[in-house]
Amino acid sequence: MTTTQSPAREVRVGHLDEVPAGEGRAYVVDGEQVAVFRHRSGRVSAVQAVCPHSGGPLADGQIDEDVVVCPLHLFAWDLATGESRNGQPPLRVHPCRVAGDGSVVVGAC
Amino acid sequence: MTATTDRPTTTPATATALPAQRGRARRRLVVVGNGMAGARAVEEILARGGAEQFSVTMFGDEPYGNYNRIALSHVLAGEEEEHGIFLNALPWYADNGIDLRAGVRATFVDRHARLVHDDTGARTPYDVLVLATGSSPFFPAMTGLRREDGSLLPGVFGFRTLDDTRAMLAEAGLHSRAVVIGGGLLGLEAAHGLQKHGLDVDLVHSPKHLMNQQLNAEAGRVLQGRIEALGIGVHTAARTVALTGEERVSGVLLADGRELAADMVVVTAGIRPNAELAARSGLLVERAVVVDDAMRCTGDDGEDAGEVYAVGECVQHRGETYGLVAPLWEQASVLADRLTGTDPAAEYHGSRTATKLKVAGVDVAAMGLSEPERVDDEFVVFSEPRRGIYSSAVVRDGRLVGATLVGDVRKVAFLQQAFDQGLPLPEERVQLLFDMGTPSEETGAAELDDCAQVCNCNGVSKAAIVDAVRGGCSTVGQVVDATRAGKGCGSCKSLVAQITEWAAGGDLAVDESANWYVPAIPMDKQQLTAAIRERDLRSVSAVFRELAPAGAEDAKSKMALTSLLRVIWPGGVVEERDARFVNDRVHANIQRDGTFSVVPQMKGGVTTPEQLRRIADVADRYAVGMVKVTGGQRIDLLGVRKEDLPRMWADLGMPSGYAYGKSMRTVKTCVGTDFCRFGLGDSTQLGIDLETRFQGLECPAKLKLAVVGCPRNCAEAYVKDVGVVAVGAGRWEIYVGGAAGASVRKGDLLATVDSPEEVIALSGRFIQFYREWAGWLERTYDFVPRLGIERVRKVVVEDSDGLAAGLDARLQEAVGAYVDPWSEGREPVVPGQFRPSLPLVDLPLVPRRPGGAPGGVLPDVHSSSDATAQVAEEVAP
Repeated sequence: MTTTQSPAREVRVGHLDEVPAGEGRAYVVDGEQVAVFRHRSGRVSAVQAVCPHSGGPLADGQIDEDVVVCPLHLFAWDLATGESRNGQPPLRVHPCRVAGDGSVVVGAC
Repeated sequence: MTATTDRPTTTPATATALPAQRGRARRRLVVVGNGMAGARAVEEILARGGAEQFSVTMFGDEPYGNYNRIALSHVLAGEEEEHGIFLNALPWYADNGIDLRAGVRATFVDRHARLVHDDTGARTPYDVLVLATGSSPFFPAMTGLRREDGSLLPGVFGFRTLDDTRAMLAEAGLHSRAVVIGGGLLGLEAAHGLQKHGLDVDLVHSPKHLMNQQLNAEAGRVLQGRIEALGIGVHTAARTVALTGEERVSGVLLADGRELAADMVVVTAGIRPNAELAARSGLLVERAVVVDDAMRCTGDDGEDAGEVYAVGECVQHRGETYGLVAPLWEQASVLADRLTGTDPAAEYHGSRTATKLKVAGVDVAAMGLSEPERVDDEFVVFSEPRRGIYSSAVVRDGRLVGATLVGDVRKVAFLQQAFDQGLPLPEERVQLLFDMGTPSEETGAAELDDCAQVCNCNGVSKAAIVDAVRGGCSTVGQVVDATRAGKGCGSCKSLVAQITEWAAGGDLAVDESANWYVPAIPMDKQQLTAAIRERDLRSVSAVFRELAPAGAEDAKSKMALTSLLRVIWPGGVVEERDARFVNDRVHANIQRDGTFSVVPQMKGGVTTPEQLRRIADVADRYAVGMVKVTGGQRIDLLGVRKEDLPRMWADLGMPSGYAYGKSMRTVKTCVGTDFCRFGLGDSTQLGIDLETRFQGLECPAKLKLAVVGCPRNCAEAYVKDVGVVAVGAGRWEIYVGGAAGASVRKGDLLATVDSPEEVIALSGRFIQFYREWAGWLERTYDFVPRLGIERVRKVVVEDSDGLAAGLDARLQEAVGAYVDPWSEGREPVVPGQFRPSLPLVDLPLVPRRPGGAPGGVLPDVHSSSDATAQVAEEVAP
């Protein structure tokens, strides 16, 4: 997270098979915890893994195509923009894609 | 003035200035009585433009303007100056063109000639006459009260007028012992006031408890405790038979022979309406001057008395007399409406009397009935004599008809409103007397302070809700989503709705979604169930695809749909783990630091040494943060890491206790008949049987059960979703809809049955009815009152709707599909099911109780953790 000068590095965090459809899993990217979600449409999203409200594990949350709902207090955040739907601080959103070999690649912020 | 009377010299001469020329068109209004009622009536008349219509003459016994009689006790106690209690001093009368005859007593009314005779010998003509002669202190018969000339024995006082008060004040400093006869409102005030001047005061009251006009016996006793704590001696059920002393009072002799020394005696044994003038003048008088709903008098011969009216304490209306100020105001208002023509049809229909006052420094509020009168009146009582607190409420046909508060009157605003306006009452009657953790709804959204916390679970203030509305939320649902208010325990939901409505000021959109089972699909539960069955939808994603607008899935609808599908298709759901809440994915309850709690099943709260040993071993082996006995009679292992769950379950060898799901949780029991010497039925075995039958059953919300072996209710069955109580002779009562969480509610009696088998059958049918008909997260304590216990009983017990057989069959199917979820530990259902989601955080964040402390464990338990972070592999740039 000190790489403000160079283009964001990308990190391969694991294989898509590790993330069941509609669920999330937590990984470490550049020392930061990132929650990776596999939408039912096949897309993937990645945001910071810890909810800014009270440290909830977002990878344990429920998602749809747009939001993740934290399991602790059910606050929702937009997975594309990181904006809270309930007036909470925003989440950091990481670029995220599935590589040709099925591995999930997450950009460091 | 058009009147041609001899005016006493005390009358302000300015009275001639105003009305002389405007004269003839105006009618002559004469008011006899310049106390609170008479003066108030004139004020009300003037406020309605009465000066144009009437020339006003007032007679007053006392040589003063008009003062607040209620405040005399403050003057006596030295808390207020005399001049501070005047409502209208003499100049007010002159300024308003009122001819005040202060210190002049009216002696006779000639109704035929329409003249008022007074003790100066003058005659004053009237077109309209108002009697407001008030009342006088009542002096009970007792030897030695009066001297031969009829005057009171020196040192004996009434407590009614400013002069009475002045006389007491003049003597209070000269004496040391006072006795107050009469423990009503006024007597308590007199005792308190005299005590403030350093006198030793005893209070003698002939009824059995203080303030018996307003309070019931228990409230009176609580009040007595507080009065005694002030150092005032209280003697109830004590009748005074004589006053002793020749030149001056020296003591009070009681009927039981006791004598209390006294050099001052104040008699406050009640009041009597001053009706002599009316009676002497041929008006109908019973206990007081009889008036109709127009406040109009009649002749004692039943004939029309002409334009003669009466208001205040001298009045008897529909058989009632009043000694409080509020009714008098209402009467004055009706009278003024009538006389000025503002509302010629105005009627007085009697007052619901309510008092809220500080009696001798103690807050007391009383309204309406102090006790139930009819067999079906509800009586809600809280009494804590040690602290001097008493509260009660009487409810009839769902309306508040009486309330009493002593020592703590915080709820008086709501009670007064409910009493006056017949507002709907909280279903849990205890909320009449207490705010159960949240501000009471009826405090009124408007009155609530901006900072007041509305939702305690999510810490949402009134201001936050108002801001949400100003920020564009136009439905209650939107406000709830935006603020999370009402999304915790839910007990504040209706208050949230009220504040939203208030803030929107009528601009609230109709929230059609309020009846939807889930926000994503515009159908109520029955429509949705029908559609799912019809289309044979077996997975949550299929439900979204087929029934949601544009087929869009919605994260917040998934959990509810998962539950519904499992109710509709027991054992036949196409599983989608992402549609489950994390607790149901890993069969444990997530904690604030992302760890989990593990609660093994312990049917009926019964365990064995062998089980306890295993639990102890597991707690050691996995270094759990805390071992806690739960409210549901099980053992909770807290602070468990997700990745440890499967091995813990295997090591425990016990099934899941479902302490995490929206499902049947636990059945508490008492020790029943095996050991308890009071037990009437084998509650322990029945509890185990119920738990065996209903284990793991998913429900709209959590479901807690209890069985007790007798009405002592040791396992709290009266406050469970389903509670069973043995009542002897092999019979069992089944209660439903009870709660003892964020809401407290006693369950409603569903049925009394003759065998454990019937208990199991009926409670099962009720549970299935609840599963199929309750909204998502609707607890039974909302569901049962929403339908009404009568309706529930008809469906479940009497089978009025022919649903019973179907309910029973579908329940049986669900029971048959039970699988212990902890068996999943052997083979994870999805990849990474038990992988940590916060791999780098040093778990748990919740502080551990230090070793040696109760429930504590040895620190430094994470060094052996194998919860390693997933090491990422860098992609070559």
